[in-house]
Amino acid sequence: MELTELTIHELHARLVAGELTSVDLTRAYLARIAATDDKLNAFITICSEEALAAAAAADRRIAEGSADLLTGIPLALKDIFCTEGVRTTCASRILENFVPPYDGTTVSRLKERGAVLLGKLNMDEFAMGSSNENSAFGPVKNPWNPETVPGGSSGGSAAAVAARQAAGTFGTDTGGSIRQPAAHCGVVGLKPTYGRVSRYGVIAYASSLDQVGPLARDVEDCAILLQAVAGYDPLDSTSVDTPVPDYRATLRQGVKGLRIGLPREYFIEGLDPEVKAAVEAAIATFRQLGAETVEIGLPHTDYAVACYYLIATAEASSNLARYDGVRFGLRVEAGRGLIDMYMKSREAGFGAEVKRRIMLGTYALSSGYYDAYYLKAQKVRTLIRQDFLEAFNQVDVMLTPVAPTPAFRLGEKADDPLQMYLSDIFTIPVNLAGTCGMSVPCGFSGAGLPIGLQLIGKPFGEADILRAGFAFEQATEWHRRVAPI
Amino acid sequence: MSSKYETVIGLEVHVQLTTATKIFCGCSTAFGSAPNSQTCPVCLGLPGALPVLNRKVVEFAIKTGLATGCSIAPRSVFARKNYFYPDLPKGYQISQFELPICEHGHLEIETEEGGAKTVGITRIHMEEDAGKLLHGETPDSAGASFVDLNRACTPLLEIVSEPDMRSPDEAIAYLKKLHQIVVYLGVCDGNMEEGSFRCDANVSIRPWGQKAFGTRAELKNINSFRFIKQAIEYEVERQAEILDEGGRVIQETRLFDSVSGTTRSMRGKEEAHDYRYFPDPDLVPLVVSREWVEKVRQELPELPVARLERFIREYDIPRYDAEVLTAERAMADYYDECVRLHGNGKTCSNWVMGEVTRALNESGLGIAESPVTPAMLAGMLGRIDDGTISGKIAKTVFDAMWKSGKEADAVIEEQGLRQVTDTGAIESIIEEIIAANMGQVAEYRAGKEKVFGFFVGQVMKASKGKANPAAVNELLKKKLAG
Repeated sequence: MELTELTIHELHARLVAGELTSVDLTRAYLARIAATDDKLNAFITICSEEALAAAAAADRRIAEGSADLLTGIPLALKDIFCTEGVRTTCASRILENFVPPYDGTTVSRLKERGAVLLGKLNMDEFAMGSSNENSAFGPVKNPWNPETVPGGSSGGSAAAVAARQAAGTFGTDTGGSIRQPAAHCGVVGLKPTYGRVSRYGVIAYASSLDQVGPLARDVEDCAILLQAVAGYDPLDSTSVDTPVPDYRATLRQGVKGLRIGLPREYFIEGLDPEVKAAVEAAIATFRQLGAETVEIGLPHTDYAVACYYLIATAEASSNLARYDGVRFGLRVEAGRGLIDMYMKSREAGFGAEVKRRIMLGTYALSSGYYDAYYLKAQKVRTLIRQDFLEAFNQVDVMLTPVAPTPAFRLGEKADDPLQMYLSDIFTIPVNLAGTCGMSVPCGFSGAGLPIGLQLIGKPFGEADILRAGFAFEQATEWHRRVAPI
Repeated sequence: MSSKYETVIGLEVHVQLTTATKIFCGCSTAFGSAPNSQTCPVCLGLPGALPVLNRKVVEFAIKTGLATGCSIAPRSVFARKNYFYPDLPKGYQISQFELPICEHGHLEIETEEGGAKTVGITRIHMEEDAGKLLHGETPDSAGASFVDLNRACTPLLEIVSEPDMRSPDEAIAYLKKLHQIVVYLGVCDGNMEEGSFRCDANVSIRPWGQKAFGTRAELKNINSFRFIKQAIEYEVERQAEILDEGGRVIQETRLFDSVSGTTRSMRGKEEAHDYRYFPDPDLVPLVVSREWVEKVRQELPELPVARLERFIREYDIPRYDAEVLTAERAMADYYDECVRLHGNGKTCSNWVMGEVTRALNESGLGIAESPVTPAMLAGMLGRIDDGTISGKIAKTVFDAMWKSGKEADAVIEEQGLRQVTDTGAIESIIEEIIAANMGQVAEYRAGKEKVFGFFVGQVMKASKGKANPAAVNELLKKKLAG
């Protein structure tokens, strides 16, 4: 078996047993990236030297007997995480040459554990997109079929896991940007509860919705990766100071008696029949495993997408104001003074979708429109959150599809932003509610494209969805299939 | 100034707080360091950096709110004020908008006529300062602009008054009062030249008797009490001329030029920014518990008005003295300590307002830097009380203490300034003086009593000022009487 086929928990066992060195493992991954990335375009920056140096250090640490679960494990990060000395582009021309002078909290926590960082992964520019087509560095291809998109915005993070270019990756999820590409690429992806993982050092798209999370081969790896980065961070005022449970400790407790809510608003017309069939089969599997399913209602679901595109774009319009050509990033020198420099730099630096969202958000916050758009959206958001909290009085977790269809073809929705926005219809409400959700492989379409199911947990209920996902995985084979790339 | 119109003034004051670190990061707030040396990812506005609120800033805001009679909001919210400018690294300023920390306060001022007047305080909110732009200030950088972000993220309070002031003098009285309070509280160093206390003025005029306010102009860039008066007077004159000619004042922002003493238009209402304020999602709502407010209230220093009344009441000094002594907190602290150690309020006020103030002025020092500490001054005054030195010699002792930084006793010993109270020694001096001045003795004995002063002077001179004046008087009278 290829080294790159092993999961993190398997690799850890071999590393500490001395059967394998991190340097050899890292070389294997770098070779795999070199062999596949021309086709996939999952990486924006590959850090071979840094990775091999970190691997050598990890081997020394393992030899000393002070290895962490992640020591020596080759991982890769969405290019939205600030990495000291390694350029961080957010897949935008405006940050093409930006080299941060600091590591964000997720990065420093991974480094402290001795993880090896292979490089920075492609994404939709500033995490705005559902197909990874909005990248200044070109689209990422789906490892299952390079004619189709890997999903977005963490398309590189999902594709890299599926194509065995990294043992695990991290992405960010603002409206589905981890879960939707995980579903399209047939890997596990978890968006934690808002406040569970620090946002310090993560380039902001929509601050009240952005959350860091792992993408992995299986649920156990996902639990390991989440464990490594979760927890309060004094550098992020929105991170929550509540204890982090040992996620692996409860992984094997099964789902007997678990009450699973099935929100009727998520099983609608327009849901692709193959997706519907796969999710319904998964529901049957959970029943066989002893879980109880309950139909529930999330009545404000219809408003979620509109609400999201007001709040997220409003925050983005402000978050992206700092890219002005003054201090870092792209500056287009202009002869006609300051305003000209601002306009030319931003015009050249931002892609079309980013400009569209900045304009939408600026409009939503404008004097005279604020109450009708931004404020109203905030009220709707409160109602959506209440829907979830009330439903969670009846159930422990919820089960839904992740995306209405399997991966679509490159370019298929590129000219229709509204269709593109609707591909996040089942994931967006979870971000608005501020709770956690995970995508787990649950089948394949007739065309051989992966399908994912979404498990939604209570606020800080990551252990519940990990446990449910693990039980499902143990009962099925979907996660064992390997992309043909 | 035209007397057809009533002037209406409201003031917005920006107070720079004296916290050691910035409002949203751990960088130092010290003034005058090399450009951009006091910065980090947060105050540089680097991608991914996040603000964390400095609790000390909140404490200072609560203090200021309590001292100005404001109610303290149990929950307040930071908001983003969005606009582009090169000194604003994030493209927005973190401020407070809909829910500020303090509201509904007031300040008592004295009017020109000597009456009291209450000026309402609409709100006080916390915000971060911007950086500073340097325009081509080195020879090889003509035409270029530089950004120094040391000041970015420095904590400010914005204190907004009601439009309650009716003359430039009232505006100045309000500002001085506010300045005194924030310096007393220790939340601001009060340095107007360095921009620690800056003011924008909203000025409008209206015909006497009219209820509705006139259209206002906002005057910016006023950084001294003198300029406030100049700026407002100029602006009132300008608006009156417009109205006199049948024109209409337009709502605009005007910049004060301290060189010409005039204001000029900066931007009109149409060009006014739409700041697109919205709650900052990077900061959670600020919750201030009642316990916290009470704790801060307990720790409030005695405020100027209370202290003035106490000085009059307990130290038995004239109101004028008390006003002078409480004008500045450091001065009041100095005086308070002197009285505590010495006991006599009036003696201390005479010395603090007299010799100490004179010496400070001559040496260009502030009271906090006085080489003669309150303990040293009280020690010296004790030596007058116990007769070791005379009141006159005390001035010599004080000057020597000022120069050397030594205690009174050391100065008295070293320079041999101890007062001569030994009647034998004084008598022998008197006898010498009498023997040398028989003509004057005859005049005195003939009834020319004015000559007595001559003898006192001679004796004091011969004793180098050290003879006890009372003893000299008594013995002289006896000896001259024959």
